[in-house]
Amino acid sequence: MNKRKVYPQWFLILPLLLYVVFFLFPSLLGVFYSFTDWGRNTPKNGLNFVGLKNYVEIFTSNKNYANGIWNTLKFTLVSNVVKIIPALFLAIILYEGLRGMGAYRTVFYLPSIIPFVIIGIIFTSVLNYKNGMLNGALEAIGLGALKQKWLSDLNVVWKSIYMVDAWRGIGYVMTIFMTGLSTIDKSYYEAAKVDGANFWQRLCHVTLPMMRGAIMINLVFGVTYGLKVFDIVYVLTNGGPGHATEVMTTYSFQLYGSGAYGLATAFNAILLLITMAAGILIVRTMSRKGAL
Amino acid sequence: MTNPNKKPLTVQTVLKQLLCLFLSLIVLAPLYLVVINSFKTKSEAARMNLNLPTQWVFSNYPEVFKKAKLLTGFGNSMLYAFASTTAGVLLCAMAAYVLSRKRTKLNNFIYYFFICGLFFPVNYITLVRVFQWMSLTNTRLGIVLVFTSAMIPFCVFTIYSFVETIPKELDEAAVIDGARPTTMFFRVILPLLKPTLMTCFVLQFMGVWNDFLTPLYLSSKSKLHPMTMSVYQFFGKEGSNWNYVFADIVLTIIPVVAVYAVGQRYIIGGVTAGAVKG
Repeated sequence: MNKRKVYPQWFLILPLLLYVVFFLFPSLLGVFYSFTDWGRNTPKNGLNFVGLKNYVEIFTSNKNYANGIWNTLKFTLVSNVVKIIPALFLAIILYEGLRGMGAYRTVFYLPSIIPFVIIGIIFTSVLNYKNGMLNGALEAIGLGALKQKWLSDLNVVWKSIYMVDAWRGIGYVMTIFMTGLSTIDKSYYEAAKVDGANFWQRLCHVTLPMMRGAIMINLVFGVTYGLKVFDIVYVLTNGGPGHATEVMTTYSFQLYGSGAYGLATAFNAILLLITMAAGILIVRTMSRKGAL
Repeated sequence: MTNPNKKPLTVQTVLKQLLCLFLSLIVLAPLYLVVINSFKTKSEAARMNLNLPTQWVFSNYPEVFKKAKLLTGFGNSMLYAFASTTAGVLLCAMAAYVLSRKRTKLNNFIYYFFICGLFFPVNYITLVRVFQWMSLTNTRLGIVLVFTSAMIPFCVFTIYSFVETIPKELDEAAVIDGARPTTMFFRVILPLLKPTLMTCFVLQFMGVWNDFLTPLYLSSKSKLHPMTMSVYQFFGKEGSNWNYVFADIVLTIIPVVAVYAVGQRYIIGGVTAGAVKG
């Protein structure tokens, strides 16, 4: 059978074209522009090649741009830890069979279908210092001492962001874990029980190894989401107080708004480099484990 | 205890139930807050508590409907989500089918080339430039094309692994019977891909509906704004009128909740089920 006839190669043309023109090319073009003074000059009037000047500015300027990079990395790590671990245990609890499991699953997943912008607005209200629901609830149960200026206190603001992010994301991560759990053959657990394995032994020797695929998917989605995070930070704190919660994408958007395109694209290029590195690392691990 | 399958009531199950109930409460309380306060007067809503309204103000809804340009936002969101997701899923099905069936060196390369995009961030700043070159600035077509392109990696990745579950003999038998490969794909293969296509469709539809960054960069005209943008701008303008803001939020969430209700079975169980199996 002539493969060429059965599987038309032209099926690939349009997707490739779109992918290259609107996705890949802009990214590479951004790397090119990051070495120019775009913004001070326009491409029409002729750009000047400025070498690494934009990058030097990011890392040395007194505007704390480098902190945006650090914050992005920190958010990626922490937000995933606080979602993945609780989600794993929740998935196990639900999967082991709890009455109302279907309802719980639906409820827990619910926040992840709501747009981030809206979640940001809702929690601007919930976390309001004076009238917000959270401080109100703390007061009502006698924990008024724990009241915080959730969105304006430097020491608390990141915790608030992680909290809101977890509120939205845990159900999603949990759902992927539950799909993973459903692919594990029950006989493994029975064998483990016969051998007298306790909960932790079953978790480490049966559940986790058998859920490699689900763990990988959660890592891929979680890490790429974390590195590209924008909406939730932008709407909740807009980078504040001061520049405490600025991440790479918010800086980039800000610089774009102020017309410093060269500097903004340099930010994007660094983000591209970091996501690529993370991507290569994950894809290599995944293909070694046969999950790709 | 008439049900023989019912587990015995142990301390552990009670604790688990309590935990799950407590967590459900945490998930639902903010949503309840939104709904209940959308029926209050301005001054009462400003207190942002969970009490029932002393006076139910249903007129908040028609008021917001007029003020927030909801119809424009809804129409745009619908167009962006529907057009880009339909095009994206269809194109990716075609691509994933050929890539999965005809594994030449070139095609394997193209597959990984697409998959790279799972990690790439979209560069909106240079996209603005590309739009200028192609005269797509402030057009709905441009925005749809960007959404379509951005979903290619995920959809190709998801559909690719599903194609493997369809027996190859089908393709060849149909072609020997004299069907043209393109007709055969649309008549025979596409219907068989339906479960995974639905998963992609539902997830991407909600993804586009919820997206905020793309219109933020690429539409400077408010008549092009999707619902997320109109809500955000409404919040900026009417931020002190929480009753309106909450009513606006309710109206904006309803369509996503509807899609979720209809498509739930495709998401749960469907989130890249192929890859999760590992």
